[in-house]
Amino acid sequence: MESGFCSPRTDAFPAGLRVLVVDDDPTWLKILEKMLKKCSYEVTTCCLARDALNMLRERKDGFDIVISDVNMPDMDGFKLLEHVGLEMDLPVIMMSVDGETSRVMKGVQHGACDYLLKPVRMKELKNIWQHVFRKKIHEGKDVESYECMREIHMIMSRSDEFDDGHQLNGGELGATRKRKDMENRRHDDQESVDPSTSKKARVVWSVDLHQKFVDAVNQIGFDKVGPKKILDLMNVPWLTRENVASHLQKYRLYLSRLQKENELKTSEGMKQQDFTFPAGSLGFQTSTLIHPKDAANCNLKYTGNNMLLIDMGTRICREADKKGTVSILPMDLKETSTSNFLDSQRANVSSQTILSRPFNYQSSQSNTTSQKWNEVPMEQFKQPPKQEPEAYALLEDDFSHALQSAPQHHVQVDLQCSAYSVGPGTAVPERDKPGSVMITPMCSQSRSNHSQIVNLEASDAISSFKVGMKNQMIGLNCLNDCEPIQQKIFTVGDSSLGSQVGCAYTESIGLQDIDLFDYYNSELIDELETSYYADLGFNWDNDCDSVQNPFVDQGLFTARAEASGVCYPG
Amino acid sequence: MDVGQLQRQFTDYTASLFREGFLDDQFTQLQKLQDENNPDFVFEVVSLFFDDSEKLVNNMAKALEQQTVEFKQVDAHVHQFKGSSSSVGAHRVKNVCVTFRNFCEQQNIEGCKRCLQQLRHEYSLLKSKLETLFRLEQQIIAAGGSIPMVE
Repeated sequence: MESGFCSPRTDAFPAGLRVLVVDDDPTWLKILEKMLKKCSYEVTTCCLARDALNMLRERKDGFDIVISDVNMPDMDGFKLLEHVGLEMDLPVIMMSVDGETSRVMKGVQHGACDYLLKPVRMKELKNIWQHVFRKKIHEGKDVESYECMREIHMIMSRSDEFDDGHQLNGGELGATRKRKDMENRRHDDQESVDPSTSKKARVVWSVDLHQKFVDAVNQIGFDKVGPKKILDLMNVPWLTRENVASHLQKYRLYLSRLQKENELKTSEGMKQQDFTFPAGSLGFQTSTLIHPKDAANCNLKYTGNNMLLIDMGTRICREADKKGTVSILPMDLKETSTSNFLDSQRANVSSQTILSRPFNYQSSQSNTTSQKWNEVPMEQFKQPPKQEPEAYALLEDDFSHALQSAPQHHVQVDLQCSAYSVGPGTAVPERDKPGSVMITPMCSQSRSNHSQIVNLEASDAISSFKVGMKNQMIGLNCLNDCEPIQQKIFTVGDSSLGSQVGCAYTESIGLQDIDLFDYYNSELIDELETSYYADLGFNWDNDCDSVQNPFVDQGLFTARAEASGVCYPG
Repeated sequence: MDVGQLQRQFTDYTASLFREGFLDDQFTQLQKLQDENNPDFVFEVVSLFFDDSEKLVNNMAKALEQQTVEFKQVDAHVHQFKGSSSSVGAHRVKNVCVTFRNFCEQQNIEGCKRCLQQLRHEYSLLKSKLETLFRLEQQIIAAGGSIPMVE
């Protein structure tokens, strides 16, 4: 009954939707099967949750949606729901004859995209495709899922009911359109674009993958690098030359931006204008930052300042082994339209938090080591904030500015993101540590000893972050009086990212850098997007209006910093 | 009896079952699902229901006969039965289940036992009525007629 990967779905969506029904009641199973078949869906039934999970695992892309009863003998429906959400990321609909609010609430909390009451009616089943479609849209904005967008367009254009792409307007597919309008790019994904593929393989540049990429680049020599050489060195069987080529393009762009920024902003000091990285000074560094060897590691050219940047660019400032460390991934340096990027960021973030552990916080944490662009293990981010992953928030732009002049200060960034908890970790700035700029999220100050963790609690974070960011400049200004060490700069991603986690690189570079956010928590992305745009002149609809003026915020920031223990002058 | 008469009988009988609360709209839904691909759909579903129900009712009885009655267990069985009965539109049966669950919650063993009895009663009543209905259907088909569509 499985049509496998050659689903006819896209031919006449939603017909052919592959549904897995799980219910211990044989009567219901039969009825649902019949009903779904009447909807022209492809149905697979299962009366045991365990069997259902096995089936899902065996055929990873074999189903589009799962419908499950809540009460089952072998496994609680909610548990199944969780598993499916985590492992397969499929939409799950819960069903029960019990419609008590508490149960429905539980379903929603566990991630159900809908909760149906038995007896289930045909009309309710007829519309379940919306959950699949919705997910596709979100996926499409995610990472470089060009295939997804194409699929969506295909679906839409084939369906009589749709108005050829007009259904998804602006925000939704705007990204796609923009993407298409943007340059050609994305050829790297094209080979994997196959309308009939049930789920397009997305090239997600995970921390590890990127690290391999960077290692390869370093090994080859930045000047001599080429996609084929990189690909060969990386030794990732499923990766294609095109994938690498596009990633390399982005990477180069990122680096060049950093460099430009460096040049531009060197004298800027902490002005807060648009958050751009002071030339070359962005980058969070851990105390061991900018070590020549590090630089060498990335094999990039750099000047003193730039080094940092680049260094940062390539690394995630955080220790890979610490759980939850997140580093800002240089994500995909592809150019994507801003909105696209942002959208994707939004989507992406959920699984990956990128927090750059920039600065090496005081080495109390073992950060000194790999600052690489590592993406914090996804699981980390999927966990509730209490986890305290070590994530370092990358404060882009703002930080970079600030850092530029006074690398050694610990800038406290009050990042609060629901996704991650950032531990202030090294709350105590070690000024004397050369180049250790620590950005500790204020919020988590009390928490962890992992300084690098940025605790993000969405709404608060964003605003506070923004403030923080803005104040960054100010704060950093204060840092000026610290002995300038070189560089260790925090690579702060887009300033807009203030709230985000780890988006480094790109501040002024523009939205392109937003690619990086792919790895970021979607919530963060949202925030970031806001802030980013704000910087560019959009408005920050967050509550940090007052933040606009860095000086005004300074008090806030300072206060916070002080509160959290950050010690930076001013 | 000619086909027309049989069909009228069928329609009337079905109507009465609805009127008396034995069946509810869900049954109509089942009838609507029946098509040439599944000409015996309703019959198959109902059969499944009765088979499954036997088991459930027995489980309930066993649980209530225990020295120490595990009300949570009994409730779980009743809940399952409630779900099952809702699948075929067994309206009265479902209502008894609701009452039954209340007694379970109150840990009222007597109330539970009474409900079990009522459940058995309603369940067999429904079973016989549906069997009559199916027989009528078969007679119609045997006489060359078609089953009247339900509203």
